[in-house]
Amino acid sequence: MAIFINENTPVLIQGFTGRIGTFHAQEMIDYGTNVVGGVTPGKGGTTHLGRPVFNTVKGAVEETGAEASIVFVPPPFAADAIMEAADAGIKYCTCITDGIPAQDMIRVKRYMRRYKKENRMRLTGPNCAGTISPGRAMLGIMPGHIYAQGRVGVIGRSGTLGYEAAAQMKELGIGISTAVGIGGDPINGSSFKDILEEFEKDPETDAVLMIGEIGGPQEAEAAIYARDHMTKPVIAYIAGLSAPKGRTMGHAGAIVTTYGESAAEKVEILKAAGVTICPTPGDMGATVAEVLSRLKKVA
Amino acid sequence: MDIHEYQAKELLSKFGVPIARGGLAYSPEQATYRANEIGGSVWVVKAQIHSGARGKAGGIKICRSDDEIWEAAESLLGKRLVTNQTGPQGKLVSRLYIEEGTQIDKEYYLSFVMDRGQERIVVVASSAGGMDIEEISANNPDSILRVVVDPAVGMQAFQARELTFGLGVEPDLVNKFERTILGCYRAFRDLDATMVEINPLVVTKERSLIALDAKMSFDNNALFRRPQISELRDKSQEDPRETYASDRGLSYVGLDGDIGCVVNGAGLAMATLDMIKLAGGEPANFLDIGGGASPERVQKSFRAVLKDSNVKALLVNVFAGINRCDWVAKGVVDAVKELDIKMPVVVRLAGTNVEEGRKILAESGLSVISADSLRDAAEKAVAAARQASNVTA
Repeated sequence: MAIFINENTPVLIQGFTGRIGTFHAQEMIDYGTNVVGGVTPGKGGTTHLGRPVFNTVKGAVEETGAEASIVFVPPPFAADAIMEAADAGIKYCTCITDGIPAQDMIRVKRYMRRYKKENRMRLTGPNCAGTISPGRAMLGIMPGHIYAQGRVGVIGRSGTLGYEAAAQMKELGIGISTAVGIGGDPINGSSFKDILEEFEKDPETDAVLMIGEIGGPQEAEAAIYARDHMTKPVIAYIAGLSAPKGRTMGHAGAIVTTYGESAAEKVEILKAAGVTICPTPGDMGATVAEVLSRLKKVA
Repeated sequence: MDIHEYQAKELLSKFGVPIARGGLAYSPEQATYRANEIGGSVWVVKAQIHSGARGKAGGIKICRSDDEIWEAAESLLGKRLVTNQTGPQGKLVSRLYIEEGTQIDKEYYLSFVMDRGQERIVVVASSAGGMDIEEISANNPDSILRVVVDPAVGMQAFQARELTFGLGVEPDLVNKFERTILGCYRAFRDLDATMVEINPLVVTKERSLIALDAKMSFDNNALFRRPQISELRDKSQEDPRETYASDRGLSYVGLDGDIGCVVNGAGLAMATLDMIKLAGGEPANFLDIGGGASPERVQKSFRAVLKDSNVKALLVNVFAGINRCDWVAKGVVDAVKELDIKMPVVVRLAGTNVEEGRKILAESGLSVISADSLRDAAEKAVAAARQASNVTA
């Protein structure tokens, strides 16, 4: 099952014909993702990488039945592209674009609320590496080969730190059901909690690793959810121990402004909620392995 | 991006926020000239730096004569003002704002922030102005009022009125408060701010309303469409190491340690700093070299990191996804040669073509230390930095 995407999910590339869109679309096709076409306004009717190009998402969805999309559109136009996907009936959208103004994202989130929850598009990102269900489909820019297929869910803000975790897990023979990037921006499509809910429901996921960082309330919110509603174990690492208060650490959202947003405070909150903490970023794989072996013993 | 008080006031006044008469000065002569221009008998000389808590640090002086203004200006200009927000190195005062004195009757607090939990703009107000918001929350939490703005329609007049009456404002000033609150909101929205803070917002003895101090920060991601805001950047208020890096498109934050870090990806960069700390060392910087660790970017990053004279060892940590390790390794080797780097360089590569990458490092003839995991890299860098500082000591 995995979550959000599998080998059958028909995928659309928004920003298909640009340099970045082209490169990653090819990588996704090579991985086995069911890419059914792309959207570049003004290039509708042409063919790119052997797939049809459309002027609008609505047109693409009508023709191809696309259910998921990935957005490579540049920052000034990315919010518009996401809303267009939501309006066209795309079910799952991940936005890779880094640098979208926060007020644009506020507008996107407000716009999406016009749809009833059951019809509302699920958005992940922006400013993320995408989503991958290893061995099945890749909707992202990650190096697919470092992910082994398996039964651990991964949620992370950062791209490369997610790769680090996937590589550590693979080295120990641990596979991943789906790895979801939620992105490093202050206002994002889905929170840790939103994705934890999906993994809790997924019969092919046994445990979840969440890779958080300084800034914002989402890790603390996820801690409460894990404590009150999850039967599956959650493991967490929080990056940014050495981040000074009030400084933005690369990601627009990685800034400590108030109580509860520092790495140390988030670790305390997660620990108190029964989440297993990785003592160092070098131990993400080992900590997951330990939790899984405890699970086996119980079973 | 942060701006100065006088710049924030200029912007806000265009949106109808009332401010006191004032002018900018770069010298004691200009300061007295401005005071004469403004008129009156009491003036405030305010050091313009990107920090709050300037008053407690001696950056705001009340003056009653030309001589006092001259003296205040002379003592502040060129000085590094240290507040509880600047760090021990302080911030350089090169501009002064001279403002007419205000007879304060009552002080309020007003701010607008991007609330990440609500994903909306939130307005915060309190009748206990003058202290910072942390102090208000600690000492007088009941005085804090909040209003959440629906992004679909923006802030409504009734919301501004609710705040105004909630603050206990007297009837003759209600309209002024309402206009000021809505003006700040429009400035926040139209200029892509991330924070507007007026503290204090004062009622004067003459029953007028004045934004006595003003702070604004802006969304860096929106600067592409706010050229008039980008122009307000004052590089003298930034860490010179950070200015150098940001001018070259690198994301850099200066820290106090001696291990220079070059990493791809913000999360991995933070994790690398964590690992150094846990291994008993201190990182000199955060640096995200960004997507595609091309040889040019590696070299640019090395230059940026080496601007910091405290750096005793370098740690390169690249997880090559799209790019390949052999390519990154070549970039590192070229950079070490080109920049003639003598200090220890620990390199950890992971991802695509990692074996080829390590081979290139090993065969380079350079004393590059290869590491095979995040932990290994941090431990080697800490040991190398320790050794280097022992040698120099």
